[in-house]
Amino acid sequence: MSNAPVDKGRRRFLTVATSVVGAAGAVGVAVPFIASWNPSARAKNAGAPVEVNIGKAEPGQMIRVEWRGQPVWVVRRTPEMLAGLDGLADLLRDPNSEEPQQPEYAQNQYRSRRKEYFVAVGICTHLGCSPQYLEDTFAEQVEGVNAGFFCPCHGSKFDIAGRVFEGVPAPYNLVVPPHYYIDDNTILVGQDGEQA
Amino acid sequence: MKNLIAWFDERIPMTKTWNIHLAQYPAPKNFNFWYVFGALAMLVLVNQILTGIWLTMNYVPSAEGAFASVEYIMRDVDYGWLLRYMHSTGASAFFVVVYLHMFRGMMYGSYQKPRELLWVFGMLIFLVLMAEAFMGYLLPWGQMSYWGAQVIISLFGAIPIIGDDLTLWIRGDYVISGATLNRFFALHVIALPLVLVILVFLHIIALHEVGSNNPEGVPIKKKKGSVSEEEKPNFKFHERFTKKYDIVDSIPFYPYYVVKDLVGVGIFLFFFCYVIFFAPAMGGLFLEPPNFEPANPLKTPEHIAPVWYFTPFYAILRAVPDKLLGVILMFGAIVALFLLPWLDRGKVRSIRYRSGFHKLNLTIFAVSFVALGYLGLKPATEVYTLFSRIFTFLYFAFFVLLFFYSKNENTKPVPERITK
Amino acid sequence: MKQFLKTTLLVAATIWSVAGFAADPTVPLDEAKVDLHDKASLQRGAQLFMNYCLGCHSMEYQRYNRTFNDLGIPLELGMENLQFTGEKVGDLITNAMPTEAAENWFGTAAPDLTLVSRVRGADWIYTYLRTFYVDESRPFGVNNAVFPNVGMPHVLQELQGVPRKTTEERMIDGEMQDVYVGIKTDGSGMLSESEYDQAMLDLTNFLVYTGEPMLLEQRRMGWYVFGFLLVFTILAWLLKREFFKDVKK
Repeated sequence: MSNAPVDKGRRRFLTVATSVVGAAGAVGVAVPFIASWNPSARAKNAGAPVEVNIGKAEPGQMIRVEWRGQPVWVVRRTPEMLAGLDGLADLLRDPNSEEPQQPEYAQNQYRSRRKEYFVAVGICTHLGCSPQYLEDTFAEQVEGVNAGFFCPCHGSKFDIAGRVFEGVPAPYNLVVPPHYYIDDNTILVGQDGEQA
Repeated sequence: MKNLIAWFDERIPMTKTWNIHLAQYPAPKNFNFWYVFGALAMLVLVNQILTGIWLTMNYVPSAEGAFASVEYIMRDVDYGWLLRYMHSTGASAFFVVVYLHMFRGMMYGSYQKPRELLWVFGMLIFLVLMAEAFMGYLLPWGQMSYWGAQVIISLFGAIPIIGDDLTLWIRGDYVISGATLNRFFALHVIALPLVLVILVFLHIIALHEVGSNNPEGVPIKKKKGSVSEEEKPNFKFHERFTKKYDIVDSIPFYPYYVVKDLVGVGIFLFFFCYVIFFAPAMGGLFLEPPNFEPANPLKTPEHIAPVWYFTPFYAILRAVPDKLLGVILMFGAIVALFLLPWLDRGKVRSIRYRSGFHKLNLTIFAVSFVALGYLGLKPATEVYTLFSRIFTFLYFAFFVLLFFYSKNENTKPVPERITK
Repeated sequence: MKQFLKTTLLVAATIWSVAGFAADPTVPLDEAKVDLHDKASLQRGAQLFMNYCLGCHSMEYQRYNRTFNDLGIPLELGMENLQFTGEKVGDLITNAMPTEAAENWFGTAAPDLTLVSRVRGADWIYTYLRTFYVDESRPFGVNNAVFPNVGMPHVLQELQGVPRKTTEERMIDGEMQDVYVGIKTDGSGMLSESEYDQAMLDLTNFLVYTGEPMLLEQRRMGWYVFGFLLVFTILAWLLKREFFKDVKK
């Protein structure tokens, strides 16, 4: 030991200060490692919102598009289909769409922004099969209901607003993705509205 | 906390290891800045392993996808460019610190008895590091990756009889191809790093068995009982070291050299980060311009030069007009380093107490090494080849001369103790 | 140590002098004063690239949206005016020219230009773009001073005019002699000589940007890292000094 007495306070302060700054540095170094796990520009581009042209859709027709690797349906519903949505509440698991399976603006009886068009992710909420769109033969599945979606894998049934029926394996309504109308003929799937 | 430590200590030698290797490990008190490069090499190794793991997450090891995946990392992955530059700069930094670390050993005679094995482990690390760097350089699949690998692999063709079959076997194809890339990738990311880590472990174990040398080359272990109590340092060293010897002029590695190395780390990182953020290609030395062009087996770049850390050996290779002899001499340059503990027959370690001739000899060796490194980057013109030959001669002359004069060298008297 | 340095310097000096003698640059390159902060220049460069280069040369590692964002171009505006290929704004800047067709037409595939600035350097590009000259012996009727026998037509001729290697009569040693004065345009282009040089500088600037689109961010981050290291190293040094008070000299 040297003759000068050890200044314990100074030593302690410097030890703590260096450790804290060093730890901050370690956190800084961790940032690129952690951030590099975010979706890359390629993934973001692949998952970018998709424009759907609905100008030519006939009443009753379904348009399928791919968004983030999933099938997305756009169904132009006929007035009869919309009328058929009334009075099903007793048969449905979640008739008022209380589960967060849709954006706020689609939390209504039609589960859509505009009544006429139903936009949904075409994947069954049970185990991920893609249900079939039964335009006018759905009555074979549920008596008295003419149109709906039927999943052939495990027999789950949804009405034409994607609401799941009671007594099938699927627990929730079909997912409605974020979307908005750019104009009367175009829907943008993947975005809630105009971005600043 | 105490209970927790005790719980572990009963089951694994945690505190004991900490004490033996750090808190109660006696290190000579007179280390100078040359002694920081070992710690820096460890730092760079960790950097390479971490950034390397992260790069593999997006790298595609195939002839079709490799080049594009590197640019994908550089552009599309968040901070991918930083991870890639950390890795590419780290490769060069590794050689910078390792070369300085080795030169330190040569200056202070750290390879001499009883540290021969320590030196040999170090040389093995150097050898594996070269293989690791060489294989890593193929992965970006740029023009230099491709043609550099082509040239180096062709070296094995110089071996008589089996040469051609051997190169074919290494490539796994008639030219360098996706097959070569894939096996190099496997070796680069798994096999060689594993070997490297094991060798580093052995290097440190060997070091801690014999103890560190120091700039004076004077041992800190004295005969038991030969040192009075007030002469002994005021630190507690582990009984493993004090049982057989009296330890003098030493300080515990932790905290003293840990905090000192931290300063070295800070200064090193200035240089390291300067390259990463302001000159990642280092003027074409660390990342060569032709390597930003995808590999093209039909078009050789005008001038092929290996990355700078191989150029001293590459210059030796080119200095010899015969292919086989050139390869032999190049490997001989590395073998000579391996044999250094036995080529140097002197008893005095540190350059401070060795003859003027030895100082001159070592200086010329260092200069030759640097000069060869420079010449290896340049095209093989007549003048350059002449210079390469001169420096190759001087490089080997160091070892030959050392062998002869070290036996009866005119050394200065070595002090008993580390004086200052 | 002193001796070591002295010898090193001596040897280095010798090698340098020899190297200087041996190295012989073929065509002197003009310095391209690129400035990545000059967004107007980068935008003009991007416009030139999309209109004149992209027909044959792709930029397959660079994305439209990143380019627009980095250059300060609103995405919608960029898509309308600068994006002629791809569907989405996030697509890579590719073109529709099949590699094989290109090899038929030009003898070689037009190289991708994303990284050309890292391969050749800004000065080379800048000089290359300005040293096309008429050479009837070549398939496209033009050759290039820094890229002899280049397999590419002078697509910017409508801007530059027809460039020729020009000689002037000058009085030398009392005799009139033809002296080579460089490549001069016949003035039939849409741009004047200085305008053309500026346009090529803009294009070079843009290519330097695409070579390293992260460069400005990288440097900015570097200064922060330096700031951190300064604090850390000073603290570590103080700490080291404090601890080494224990150590007897």
